[in-house]
Amino acid sequence: MSDLNLKKGTSAKSAYNLRPNFSDIVERHTLAVMVENEPGVLARVIGLFAGRGYNIESLTVAEVDHEGKLSRITIVTTGTPQVIEQIKAQLGRIVTVHEVHDLTVEGPSVERELAIFKVAGDGEKRVEALRLADIFRANVVDSTLKSFVFEITGAPEKIDAFADLMRPLGLVEVARTGVAALSRGG
Amino acid sequence: MTRQMTGAEMVVQALIDQGVDTVFGYPGGAVLPIYDAIFQQNHIKHVLVRHEQGAVHAAEGYARSTGKPGVCLVTSGPGATNAVTGLTDALLDSIPIIVLTGQVPTFMIGSDAFQEADTVGITRPCTKHNWLVKETDALSGVLHEAFHVATSGRPGPVLIDIPKDVQFASGTYNAPQPSTSHYQPTVKGDITSVTELVEAMEKAERPLFYTGGGVINAGPAASQLLRELVSSTNFPITSTLMGLGAYPASGDNWLGMLGMHGLYEANMAMHGCDLMINIGARFDDRITGVISEFSPNSTKAHIDIDPSSINKVIRVDIPIVGDVGHVLEDLMKVWKSRGRKTNSAAVGNWWSQIKEWQAIECLKFTQQGKVIKPQYALSRLEALTKNHDRYITTEVGQHQMWAAQYLGFEDPNRWMTSGGLGTMGYGFPASIGVQMGHPESLVINVAGEASWLMNMQELGTAMQYNLPVKQFILNNERLGMVRQWQELLHGERYSSSWSESLPDFVKLAEAFGAKGILCSDPDDLDEAIMEMLNHDGPVLFDCLVEKHENCFPMIPSGKAHNEMLLGDADTQGAIDAKGSVLV
Repeated sequence: MSDLNLKKGTSAKSAYNLRPNFSDIVERHTLAVMVENEPGVLARVIGLFAGRGYNIESLTVAEVDHEGKLSRITIVTTGTPQVIEQIKAQLGRIVTVHEVHDLTVEGPSVERELAIFKVAGDGEKRVEALRLADIFRANVVDSTLKSFVFEITGAPEKIDAFADLMRPLGLVEVARTGVAALSRGG
Repeated sequence: MTRQMTGAEMVVQALIDQGVDTVFGYPGGAVLPIYDAIFQQNHIKHVLVRHEQGAVHAAEGYARSTGKPGVCLVTSGPGATNAVTGLTDALLDSIPIIVLTGQVPTFMIGSDAFQEADTVGITRPCTKHNWLVKETDALSGVLHEAFHVATSGRPGPVLIDIPKDVQFASGTYNAPQPSTSHYQPTVKGDITSVTELVEAMEKAERPLFYTGGGVINAGPAASQLLRELVSSTNFPITSTLMGLGAYPASGDNWLGMLGMHGLYEANMAMHGCDLMINIGARFDDRITGVISEFSPNSTKAHIDIDPSSINKVIRVDIPIVGDVGHVLEDLMKVWKSRGRKTNSAAVGNWWSQIKEWQAIECLKFTQQGKVIKPQYALSRLEALTKNHDRYITTEVGQHQMWAAQYLGFEDPNRWMTSGGLGTMGYGFPASIGVQMGHPESLVINVAGEASWLMNMQELGTAMQYNLPVKQFILNNERLGMVRQWQELLHGERYSSSWSESLPDFVKLAEAFGAKGILCSDPDDLDEAIMEMLNHDGPVLFDCLVEKHENCFPMIPSGKAHNEMLLGDADTQGAIDAKGSVLV
């Protein structure tokens, strides 16, 4: 059983391995999609997910190569293996998509997300929030006598954990960027 | 080679440089500069349709019958939105067309200007790709790229939205260059997988070719390779609606069309085969029936240029991504180099089984009495036209399925029908596009009266350009396929499925200056058809047929290939509640 020889998004552990092991188990995958930075390209990607009923857990996009006019879209999505394979193939069909990488299957990768938390309170809760922020290596980026704004960076699970801890301590508002991800190694 | 010219002149120059000879369109405020440029040249013929939907279907008909991309030119706003149905139709059937739309000037975009619509936004999901060109200098590059994208890989419709100020302004025109675009789809199949398929073919006891529109789209050479492969292996072959003509209907190994209204032997062979070789088809739901019982005991190979077609619906064992022509060439090479082996004894037994299925004669009908059976009308049309240089288009519904069953297609690009989207109103404008591409040939649109009325305004186009398209209308005064489903699924409650106040089609034809023929007696049919064929000009043939005829065979919704209904006697309770929610 050989992998198929495809131009787009080809890698040693191909995102286009068309002989996947199908199961009904819903998996979470992180996809890195390199696109031409032209008007409407994000709408094409989002429209594909909406039109075909796929999930988006998070999506981030920014230009990463100004000269080559390339943007990198990092999408965290969920689905059965068959759906994940369809998502990748459908993304690959978009004319302005250059590469599709499934970081979840292409080997180890790092995922990072930035989040900003506003926590309001006083007395013991305020002290506890600051102490936990220190443990999580969150920075205080704004402070009043009755509130803090923490900035925290890390894997999504770490940010979830920090949010759980802040909730009883006066969590008011959260802003998260969504995941940016890269494969590990050279 | 670069030259200075206006954006409007660039459009015309690019079309000339791309080898375009015909454009289907309709003018309006936002495309006037391009129409002015068309007026001042003699290379490209413009066909004025009567509605923009007609322009797109005509371009589709032109493209499918000539193998060249079809081109449309329409204005902004309503011109563009009227093109949406045709674009979606071309997307689902993988037809290469280029639609040029005018747009309000760049400085007015977003101001809700007169006849402004977000054309690239509206057409993003119904094109293979689209562009809004905001600078005249970028226009020629986009025009050439549009032809490349529309015709490379899996073909499809593209749209270029050109604001009026971009058409007026001058800029630099670049002649077409070999594409440097990153969009270069894989055409060669993986040779390991091809070899794996050859090994499966050598061992197969009950093999079957299941071919589709991808063979037609891959060009005449691919159809030729397919014929060679079929005759040298002696495997049976069936095809989807879209693939008819790739293998000749008179060929020894032909089982007829498969699917919901496919032939008994074709569907039984699909169900019973042990090796299914899908060439350029996509396991559409009209083909598979209920997925869980689809061809349960076969190894499935799938050759397709679009990776997303593979494993989308049906899990396959041997996927091969590539152009059908390239893959078939490699397949033949490998198969020959390994000694041209098949399990001929087992394949012989398989043929004996198939012959038993064929003996059922599932398309058999009896013409009796004074009412024309639609099947009889098409059988006579076939008999009287099959030796002509003939192209057939259809509308959508029962008549379309009967045409697929009772007309024989000997060559590719001779059969134009709306397969994926099922667009009523497709056939008439498509026949106009076909006739433009083949002025000397016989072009017949097999229609139902309801479908035909959806784009009847194009009779004006046929008259203006003296296009002798024959409109063969099977008139049952019903929306026949809807009526059939209501009979089978909805307790014979015929909700809004009949037409009152139908026009007198003969007078309607005459009102446009065309010829109308009415035929209601089976004894007059041959003579009436000959009158249609002998008339040099557009003909509306109003063939009054049996009103309540159902189309069989039929795989009911939610059933498998081996659970076909062969006639009215089988229909009681054939579709259960689970099947009735399917379309």
